Parts: sequence; structure tokens; C-alpha cells
Amino acid sequence: MTAPVLSIKGLTKAYPGVVANSDVSFEVMEGEVHALLGENGAGKSTLVKMIYGLVKPDHGSMTFQGKAYAPAEPRAARAAGVAMVFQHFSLFDALNVAENIALGMEHPPRLADLAGRIREVSETYGLPLDPFRTVGDLSAGERQRVEIIRCLLQDPRLLIMDEPTSVLTPQEVEILFQTLRKLTAEGVAILYISHKLEEIRTLCDTATILRLGKKVATCTPADTTARALAEMMVGTVLHTPERSGRALGDVALELSGLSIRSPSAFGCSLKQISLAVRQGEVLGLGGVAGNGQDELLGALSGELRSGPDMVRMHGKAIGMLGPMERRRIGLLCAPEERLGHAAAPDMSLTENAMLTGSLREGLERRGFLDWGRARGFAEAIIARFDVRTPGPGNAARSLSGGNLQKFVIGREVMQRPEVLVVNQPTWGVDASAAAAIRQALLDLAAGGTAVVVISQDLDELMEIADRFGALNEGRLSRIRPTSELNIEEIGLMMGGAHDMEVAHV
Amino acid sequence: MDLSSINPILLLASLMVAATPLLLAAVGELVVEKAGVLNLGVEGMMITGAICGFAIAVNTGNPLLGVLAAAAGGAVLSLLFALLTQVALANQVASGLGLTLFGLGLSALIGQGYQGIRPPSFPRLNIPGLSDMPVLGRILFSHDLMVYLGLTIVAGVWFMLKYTRAGLILRAVGENHEAAHALGYKVVRIRMMAILFGGACAGMGGAYISLIRVPQWTEGMTAGIGWIALALVVFASWKPWRVLLGAYLFGGVTVIQLNLQAAGVAIPVEYLAMSPYLITILVLVIMSADKSSAPASLGRIFHASR
Repeated sequence: MTAPVLSIKGLTKAYPGVVANSDVSFEVMEGEVHALLGENGAGKSTLVKMIYGLVKPDHGSMTFQGKAYAPAEPRAARAAGVAMVFQHFSLFDALNVAENIALGMEHPPRLADLAGRIREVSETYGLPLDPFRTVGDLSAGERQRVEIIRCLLQDPRLLIMDEPTSVLTPQEVEILFQTLRKLTAEGVAILYISHKLEEIRTLCDTATILRLGKKVATCTPADTTARALAEMMVGTVLHTPERSGRALGDVALELSGLSIRSPSAFGCSLKQISLAVRQGEVLGLGGVAGNGQDELLGALSGELRSGPDMVRMHGKAIGMLGPMERRRIGLLCAPEERLGHAAAPDMSLTENAMLTGSLREGLERRGFLDWGRARGFAEAIIARFDVRTPGPGNAARSLSGGNLQKFVIGREVMQRPEVLVVNQPTWGVDASAAAAIRQALLDLAAGGTAVVVISQDLDELMEIADRFGALNEGRLSRIRPTSELNIEEIGLMMGGAHDMEVAHV
Repeated sequence: MDLSSINPILLLASLMVAATPLLLAAVGELVVEKAGVLNLGVEGMMITGAICGFAIAVNTGNPLLGVLAAAAGGAVLSLLFALLTQVALANQVASGLGLTLFGLGLSALIGQGYQGIRPPSFPRLNIPGLSDMPVLGRILFSHDLMVYLGLTIVAGVWFMLKYTRAGLILRAVGENHEAAHALGYKVVRIRMMAILFGGACAGMGGAYISLIRVPQWTEGMTAGIGWIALALVVFASWKPWRVLLGAYLFGGVTVIQLNLQAAGVAIPVEYLAMSPYLITILVLVIMSADKSSAPASLGRIFHASR
């Protein structure tokens, strides 16, 4: 750690109505992992976009390796030695690994030579990858390897990573960290954005904390508690979700031998899934994305029909019922994909509230819509879940990811479900909002609702679930009480069988 | 009924001629769709190309200049579509349909003075040796230049998409325009160029009908070939060689049914006339049962701020 690779002075960027960054200054040293922390909307994304040349700052200057640096476009940033791994992978599903990597390079060699270099780099850094596989068939962890190798082939001096671990298993995270440590040993600086504070404490040397577009602190994460970091981000004292003692009631939802073929070619069919959730219980289901989570949610919400007896609610067979009928009897679902699945992007919040709430909230009468009540319902969700938006007339698309997530979860919670199924309830949501959502789920369980939480965030599942099971290749592991599990065991439940599958391919 | 009047050699030779307008229009549209743009205005660009080419060929007496003018005419009309959809972010389906209607009207207006005129005839290629070969020479090597130009464009498009960096970037833009933008590629510029190329190809396809295939000018003479070209691209699974196959199949069945009509076969003319459409689509539907799918960003509006 000697000279600063990148130093930023007084960077400011304003959009109509919001100041995304205001006078932000910090330095990233050679060979360090520098964390960038902040709530949703604190301006982290805008800041890294300015460094990567996707957005031009209004004021301020940057210096990169001692020279003035003002990239007009990503190409210029890459040429200078800045590489970036995106939060939502910027990959092309229909193209193969080598083609994807060639697209991210200025002067790619011929594909055959490139394939050789990909193999070489992937072995050096312990990231095995076949250059000729189609990216659409890869797992999330493998897709991330494609992005990382794409960056590494350009010999970057600064690597920006935007929430790299949100889709990885603990074992994959460990591999990623080893790779990053190898890189820093070679003098590469890493700018690391994540919501996972424990990760930042183990990996990062320095942290810069942003709040509402301004830098509020710089600290050494290893010497600071996760709680203190979160409180610096939020600016107030953080409230941890509390589990009150709950008496479990009868079995509310029961799956027995649920098998469903996935409707999508890249999906994962469900195989013989059996579980039971009692009233007042929170069941956590973990697993790497793409192991049947979406299909399970579909089977529970009624988007995918199964044999009637495979899904039972309060003992009644409901496998053949569609989503509306299930909603009527109190089985509500909040899917993972916010835009397009949980909410219609171009419709207003009132309209979106109407879409799932019309039945249980009495928002329609004899086929006519009661917009006044729908608006009232939307406003109630906004108020109770602290959704930050000018009003219920705004389009769902205009909300930030975290705010929309609060809205779609809140919309289901407020309908007093008897069974609630949520997939990735706090994905991309900042610490304080995530705590609020988790608390709402726990409160709901305390009121006697059976809650099924499908999530890839293991800390979250450990925090709120009473029992835990893992999905793998469409099968469900044995379900065990969370109190007797540690992260290591969970990782094995999630990934163990998966790796064996890969080995004999 | 006299089937013996059908000469198989002439039949095969005229198949290539009948297929060329469709081939040109479809391969142009294939490039446009590979870039993620759905331009439903093929019919309009073809008919505009047909009249531009016809008018210039008649006025200059040079059919090659006519073909160039047709390409330019189709491209200029497609530029309108490009501006609407790429700059003004208008809906592609509506703009494309509008383009077809506009093209049909515009061509009728330009063509008012040109009805009933014969255009200068197009030179036939005569390759010493090859063209004199028995059977093959007549079928393959004694057509006009445009037939070979069409084939060259198909081969060129295939090669570009598969082996060149430009082709890779074009496919990437059509596959995921947000990711392509994040990597620093100029999505709008690339799409504009693809649209212009598609317009030029469609224009030449139209000119082939008015200058060589028919050859004269009548209103609405493209008679739905542009729509067939659109369907062909989809059923060919966005693969250039399958477009060629589909176009030749269509051309072949067209020629056969015309011959059958002339021979007085006892099948109602309406059935014969619809057969090329039915058979081509049927065959391509069966072939497109494999997993290849549309460019993922096809028809979606791209705006850099998102």
C-alpha cells in the first residue's frame, strides 16, 4: 500500500430533483480493497458510473495513477486500466463465454487464441470456465466468473465490483475472496460495493461511507462492528428484528411429493418436495439461484398447477387452484422479480395495489373497480412500510429497487394472509429497510400466519427462520431447526450435492 | 392437361429469378432484426425501391444506375423509420406499419407517369465456359448480375455475423442492448446502420421485381413479398442460409404452380396461388422447431438513461 491509484476530489452529480453525489472525495490505494457503503439511493452507483465513464460529473476531478482522469466513455476508462463487474451481469445469454469476453475487450485476439488465454487466466485464479459454453446455461457463480475474467484479461489497475456476492453460495464467496486477495497481492486496487457488512469486515481494508450522496465517514471495517457500520450508513440507531415467543398452531401449508416440470428451458424442475409449515412459523428455504426457487414459488402461488393433493392448505387439496382462488383462501405470494412479476412496471402504485389486493381488500364490486379504496390501500402501504415516493400515482418503475420491494412485500403483508410466501424479500434493499421488512414478516408470524421465506441471503434466513431447508437441483434437503445449524453446514446443504453433479458431467 | 410442356431446366432457372426479390428483402431484414430492431416496413421499402429504380433506369437508360437508386430509395425511406424509432423512441411496430403504408402511397405518387413503359433490359451474365455447360450452365450460370449479388449478400451476411467482430457487436446489441451500452458500444448508431442496410436490400429487392422479373411498373406490384420476407426471417430462425433455403423454396413453388396453371391442372387456381405461401411456411415451421430463438432485445426500445 503505497501510492493512491485513484483519488477523487469534490465529485458532484445532480439529476433533475436529486443530488446523487455532492462533493465526494476519497482515495483508493494500490493493493487495497476499498469498500463503498451506503443505503439504496446513497449515490454509490452514480459514483462508480462516473469512475467508469458511463456518467459525466458536474463538478470535481479524478486522478488515476498520478494523471488527471476524466473518462468520456467506458472505453477510455478501460484503456486507462479501470475494469468493472456489474451488479446485474452485463452478459449476453445467447453468446458463448469467449464471445462475451471478446465484446468487453478493446483489441481481442482471434477467438481460438482468446479461448486459450481464458483457460490460462481462469486456472491461474482458480476460476474454472469453459470458453465455448453458452452463457445462458451457466449458473450465477459461473456467470460472475465470466465477468471477472473479462476484467482480468485487460490487466486492470482498479477493479470495481458492484454487489458481487449477492448471488453466490458461501463456498463461492470464499473462492471469490481468494481471487481478490491474489489480485491485491499483485497491486491491483479493488473498489467493492456490498450490503453485506460482515463480508466487508473480513475482506476490506478501508471503507468509505456515503449517506444521501455525501461522504460521511472513512473507517477501517475490521476495527468497527457491523452494527456501527450500518448505523453510520443510516445515520440513526439501527433496530434489529425481534423474535417474540410464538406458539405454533396447526399445519397451515403442506406439500407432499410435489413434482413439477419447469416451464422454461433453462429452469429447474421440482422433484418430490415435501414440507409442512405451521401457523406462526417461519420456514426459510435457501439455495443457489436457479435450483427451483422460481418454480416452487410458482407452484405455491398457483401459476404452476400440480396434482390437487400435492399442495394442501389447512388440510384441503389446493394444487389445482389458480392464483386468484388461492388468494381468496389466504395464500399470498410475493415473487422475486420486482419489475414484471411482482409489479407491472408502467402502472401506478395504486393500480399495482389493485392488481393483487382487489379480492381480499374489497377493491372491486360486481366487476367495477373502486379506485378510491385502491388509492387508500396504496397510501396505507406507503405509510406503513415507509415507501419513498411522491405519491401512489407514480409508476412502479420510477421507484428505486429497495423502495419498490418494500411496496410489493407490504402489499401482501397488509392483506392479512394466512400463508405468505416470499422470494428474496430483501434483495437489493439497504440495511434499515431490510430490517423493517424482516420485522414485518416476524410480526405477521407472531399473529399466526405461516410464512415461507425463499432467500439466498443466509444471514437473513438465520435471523428470521425457525427451520431451514435448502433447494438443490429441484430437490429439498432435510428441514432442520435453524438454532442447531451454522453457516458451514448450510453451505454444504446448499452446494454439496450441486458440486457432485458438476463433477460427473 | 399437358405436364410435358414443363421444362425442368427452365423451371430450375426461373426458380432463382423468382426467389431473388424475397431473398434480398429477407436478408436485409435479418440483419435489422439481429440488431434488435423489428422493421415491419419491408413492403413499403420494397415498393419505394421498385419505383425509384424503375424511374432512374428509364430516365438514364442504365439499369445498373436504377438498382443503385433503388437501394438509395429504400435506405432513405428506412432512415425515416430509424429516426422515428431510434431517435424519437417511437413504437417499432406502429412505425413499421406506417412506413409500409407511406411507401405504398409514395410509390404510387412517383409512379404516375411510368405506367405502361418498358424499362431498359438488364444485362445477362455470360461467363464463357460456365454458361455454355449443358444443363448446369442454363440453371446456374446464365442469370443477371442481381441473382449473384443476392447470393453474395447472403454469404457476406453469414460470414460477417459468424466470423467478424462487427458481426459479434451487432448480435450483442440485438441480444442485450443495455449490456452492450454498458460496455461502451453505440447502440443507436449500430442500429441505424443496420436499418439503413435493411432498407437498401429491400429497395434492391423491389427493383428486381420492377426491372427484371416483371418488368414494368404497376401500383402495389410487390404484392406482399415484403410480408413474406418478414415471416421468412422468423421461420428461418434468424439464420442466413435458412433464409436462402426458404426463399428458393418459395420461388420454386411459385414457378411450379405457375407452370401447373399454364398446363391446366384440375386444381382451382386459388389453391395453386396460395401454395407457395403455405408450403414455405410449413417447411420453415418444421425446421424452426429447434431451440434457436429471437434476439432477446428484438423490438424493445432502447434509451441510454435506463
